[in-house]
Amino acid sequence: MPELVGRDLECRRGGRVVFRDLSFALDAGAALIVTGPNGSGKSSLLKILAGLIRPSAGTLLRDGHPVEEDRAAYLRVICYLGHTDALKLVLTVQENLAFWNRTNDPARPAQALDVLGMAAFADLPARLLSAGQRRRLALARVLVSAAPMWILDEPTVGLDDQARQALSEVLAAHRAEGGSLVLSTHQAVDLPAAERLDLKAFAVEELPEMVW
Amino acid sequence: MTAFLGQVGRELRLALRQSADLAMVVLFFALVAALFPFAVGPEPNLLMRLAPGVIWVSALLSVLLSLERLFLADYEDGTLELLVIGPQPLELVVLAKTLAHWLTAALPLVAAAPVVSVLYNLSAEAAGWLMLALALGTPSLSLVGAVGAALALGARRGGVLIPIIVLPLYVPTLIFGVMASEAALAGLSAKPYLLFLGAILLLMLFVAPLAAAAGLRHSME
Repeated sequence: MPELVGRDLECRRGGRVVFRDLSFALDAGAALIVTGPNGSGKSSLLKILAGLIRPSAGTLLRDGHPVEEDRAAYLRVICYLGHTDALKLVLTVQENLAFWNRTNDPARPAQALDVLGMAAFADLPARLLSAGQRRRLALARVLVSAAPMWILDEPTVGLDDQARQALSEVLAAHRAEGGSLVLSTHQAVDLPAAERLDLKAFAVEELPEMVW
Repeated sequence: MTAFLGQVGRELRLALRQSADLAMVVLFFALVAALFPFAVGPEPNLLMRLAPGVIWVSALLSVLLSLERLFLADYEDGTLELLVIGPQPLELVVLAKTLAHWLTAALPLVAAAPVVSVLYNLSAEAAGWLMLALALGTPSLSLVGAVGAALALGARRGGVLIPIIVLPLYVPTLIFGVMASEAALAGLSAKPYLLFLGAILLLMLFVAPLAAAAGLRHSME
């Protein structure tokens, strides 16, 4: 049985139906890449999966049971990375990360920083980091979450080639341990045997023409 | 419990790293309270009569000034999203943040009150009762303020909205706080008024985290 199933999900934002009749299934160890043009509801879908907003119709099932029956248990198994990096600029890299450590292992944040090439900046205030380094630090928070299901909204934004490579390895290791992941992206990501969900197929109205 | 203390510790650390914000609150309190004697004139009895009311209103306005930053920074940098779906009950997170707010924004006012009361010719004993009343009343101001700050999130110009939501709810605390200090000044027992302040605090300890957490959840929509 798939670990996470979305059935006929519908999302409304500000009165507009963003997508409708969206269904997907995600197995343990699997990856789902959410794609689609700007405004097609990628972030909204990920927020629904993260429990931040509720779908206006349809259900989300985990191991066959509706998530709403036991939200607390569901929220414990997921880790969400949004558009924002959720960093406190006056705290150091290490202080930022230590607060989110859910692994009971005080050495784990340092390992996570090392994996993402941030070990040298551990004692630097986060305000001195570049945008890409801030994104790496935000990703390090996902590594110390101890959650089996990762929901990542455009994790590669601002990352250089080296960090993207490190991220691919981290994601592969996570899946090898039986963890699953959902991520949205505009860029090509190196994820073997990942399923794709193109939100263009579930759009209801014509997307407004972009005028630049 | 450790998570609660961890949250409080983090908020305190954040506040201390931005200590200019903290200094501004105390400075505002001291300046407003210090201006009144100049405006009213050097009449000792009149100043003594005014002292409780003026000092309480100055404290209330100073707390109001610091409310907006209670949740706004977390809302803007995305931390709030993570706290809402985090393993801690959101009510406890609210309580931890409110406690940190009281420690950093309101407790310095309680400490500064005796210094300010010198300008009003208050005796040491009267200043002590004033401090006690402030210490018992300001936590209610922080708690009610948390509800207002949570509800104003997501609204444009939320900083203007907070006082409108919060000020009417501050009135009971203000009345009983001033009466406690005035009773002590008149040589009567301040106890009944302090008991009322305590009752308001107990009620707010229960209601405010629930209401503020509901407001925060709503701001995610």
